[in-house]
Amino acid sequence: MRTIYRFIRARDSLMRGVFFACALFCLLALGCICAFLLMDGLPFIARVGAANFFGTTWNLHENLYGILPMIIASLYVTGLATLIGVVTGLGTAVALYKFCPKKMVHPIRQLVNLLAGVPSVIYGLFGMIVLVPFLREYISPNGVGYGVLAASVILGIMVLPTIVSVSLDALDAVPKSYYEGSLALGATREQTVFTVMVPAAKSGILAAVVLSIARAIGETMAVIMVIGGSPVMPESLFQSVRTLTANIAMGATELFGDAVTALVATGVVLFVFTLFLNISFSLLKREKA
Amino acid sequence: MTRHQRQIRRAQLLRIFAQGMLFLTLLMLSGIVIFILASGLPHINMQLLFGDYGKYPSIKPALLGTLSLTLLALVIAAPIGIGTALFLTEYTRTRSHLIRAIRIASETLSGIPSIVYGIFGYLVFAVALGFKYSLLGGGITLAIMILPLVVRSTEESLLAVPQSLREASLALGASKVRMIFTIVLPCAMSGILTSLILAAGRVISESAVLILTIGMVVNKMPESLMSPGTSLALDVYYFGSNGYPEQAAATGVVLLIVMIGINLLAVFLGKVFGKGELMHG
Amino acid sequence: MGKNAISVKDCNLHYGSVPALKNVTMDIRERKVTALIGPSGCGKSTFLRIFNRMNDLIESCRITGEILVEGNDIYASGVDVIQLRKTVGMVFQKPNPFPMSIYDNIAFAPRTFGIRKKAELSEIIERTLYRAGLWYEVKDRLHQSALGLSGGQQQRLCIARALAAEPRILLMDEPTSALDPISTGTIEALIMELKAEYTIVIVTHNMQQATRISDKTAFFLLGELVEYGGTQKVFSNPFDGRTESYITGRFG
Repeated sequence: MRTIYRFIRARDSLMRGVFFACALFCLLALGCICAFLLMDGLPFIARVGAANFFGTTWNLHENLYGILPMIIASLYVTGLATLIGVVTGLGTAVALYKFCPKKMVHPIRQLVNLLAGVPSVIYGLFGMIVLVPFLREYISPNGVGYGVLAASVILGIMVLPTIVSVSLDALDAVPKSYYEGSLALGATREQTVFTVMVPAAKSGILAAVVLSIARAIGETMAVIMVIGGSPVMPESLFQSVRTLTANIAMGATELFGDAVTALVATGVVLFVFTLFLNISFSLLKREKA
Repeated sequence: MTRHQRQIRRAQLLRIFAQGMLFLTLLMLSGIVIFILASGLPHINMQLLFGDYGKYPSIKPALLGTLSLTLLALVIAAPIGIGTALFLTEYTRTRSHLIRAIRIASETLSGIPSIVYGIFGYLVFAVALGFKYSLLGGGITLAIMILPLVVRSTEESLLAVPQSLREASLALGASKVRMIFTIVLPCAMSGILTSLILAAGRVISESAVLILTIGMVVNKMPESLMSPGTSLALDVYYFGSNGYPEQAAATGVVLLIVMIGINLLAVFLGKVFGKGELMHG
Repeated sequence: MGKNAISVKDCNLHYGSVPALKNVTMDIRERKVTALIGPSGCGKSTFLRIFNRMNDLIESCRITGEILVEGNDIYASGVDVIQLRKTVGMVFQKPNPFPMSIYDNIAFAPRTFGIRKKAELSEIIERTLYRAGLWYEVKDRLHQSALGLSGGQQQRLCIARALAAEPRILLMDEPTSALDPISTGTIEALIMELKAEYTIVIVTHNMQQATRISDKTAFFLLGELVEYGGTQKVFSNPFDGRTESYITGRFG
């Protein structure tokens, strides 16, 4: 009997150690990612100089690594995509919340959840073979379909499922008594929804917005299939440009010399952006709780 | 019109706008899926699926690549993720600083864009460890990418196991490890399986990581895990941007079918296992 | 005069900085039923959970004083909690069978302690189910889920499951509070039978139950042991005015 207890105790501390090691691995992974990116990226930025790295010209043959055009393009695309996604997604969520036949709500939600799992290359492919030619033929003033508008529309559609389901959750979390209370005061259903319920779900909706910004700025594949890819300053909605993510992915096919480290440094900049967004998202979540 | 009437009118207009947006969302999302299905289905054939890559393209290397990447990522991420979740839920009594650090790490990991994982994987596996482009490097990078997802959803399943069952088993003299393996894990099994399946979906739909880690060699069957390779999602991109739009759409259909299958499997597992398991919550 | 199964001296227990038990000193006789009564939140359940160290699960819980179970200080360093919990079994307020078969539920504790042989397990299962008065009701469906049993049957299964660890002391935390009167009666009869072999400590909300089944009764109020003595004496002629107020229903 004695040995059994000793065996049980030993096994217990062994497994505890194993689980602990697993948990440490998560910490380690993050540490490694940060270390590798920073160790490669920061010295590069220091070496070529911040003026060069944050300059306006990207030309690997002349050792010019200016990523300002990519930063600007990323911000344009993200901003426009979020605008499209939020207006459409929030409207959809509100309609699903109160202005849609009850029987339809559940199937539509399921469908939206299912569509959230559609791989981003599928969106990219759609953009490439439908949206870009369409923009080129019918909308674009200069005969170019690629560019900020195409990328924004595709990303805007792509983030829709996230926005719809997160904001609908936020609306559902608002106490029903608010709704009833407002109706009892003589407000119409529409007034109640738009002046009471939506403002009450504000922080949850904001979280959905931040989440979709993070997805849009980090998305690569859907973007590179519709953005063109020229590393130039975006001056029009219809012009081949490059985002930060596209810079890394497209650079990967032309790896030589310092190009790799330039891409790593681009990754660092992207990492900093998303870190910032993550922190705002956690803060919003905490505020809600 | 009085001010009151104007307000009512404005709210009504907003409602009509919202309903229009709902319509638009459904139209766009289903439009994309239907379009891909319509343009891809006619081009699915045996040559594309299982033929050798020669004069005509084939996705046989991609099928093998996707399968091995998925298995590799799950084999690595599942034990580590479940172990981490167990540590976070079952052993949280002490070392709260450490727990906080792990939470923050896992939340941060989940927010990193996949292309950044890609460049990390490239630096570590292709360059530092000298693997060059390899399925192994891609699989490990994907495993790290899905780790936070596995941890978080496993944690949720573990927390749903009633505390009374833990108490009962401990009171019977079970050690913590026995409690975990005979009571907690079996009770949380359906949730954990569902989360693993969804994580597999994440792996299958991923492509940005792979561009930088496995090399997008679309025309050769990988010989081992150390070979470069391709995946279904990568093939969609490759075909699309190299003048094979029909094959791209057909591959997209295969990818969509796999994803829908995976989602249905997750729902089904949740239903089958979910019943009668945690009756006394 | 019997021996003491449990002996508590100057026990104090705090949750964080909130005291839950104050200077409790009390001896519990072997092979007797001892009832712990008192209003909600008086510390009686907390007190019960000291004896198998279930309070260890609560992070902020601190315990001082001397607690001897069968003469051993169970809070001394180097004590094996697993061994302690094998000696001191526990039955909970809500029946909590594991979501597995009746057979596996009972076999849980023996398997924990290394019994794997089928014949041996079957013998233990039959004996303990019989002891818990459940054998004839379930012998034909041992391999069906325990969750299919009624509430009263589930609770008897939990008692059988505890007995299968071969404890000498049985702690019961309001074991009938979630059950209907008929099941309650069955369990009470079972407790009366079990006390020939086991020391039983039972927390109860139901004062009639305490008078029906216990030999000694302890009355707790706000973390203090107010009165402790023979059940008859406590209920018919309490020593403390507060006990009298409680048992006559003036508060609680």
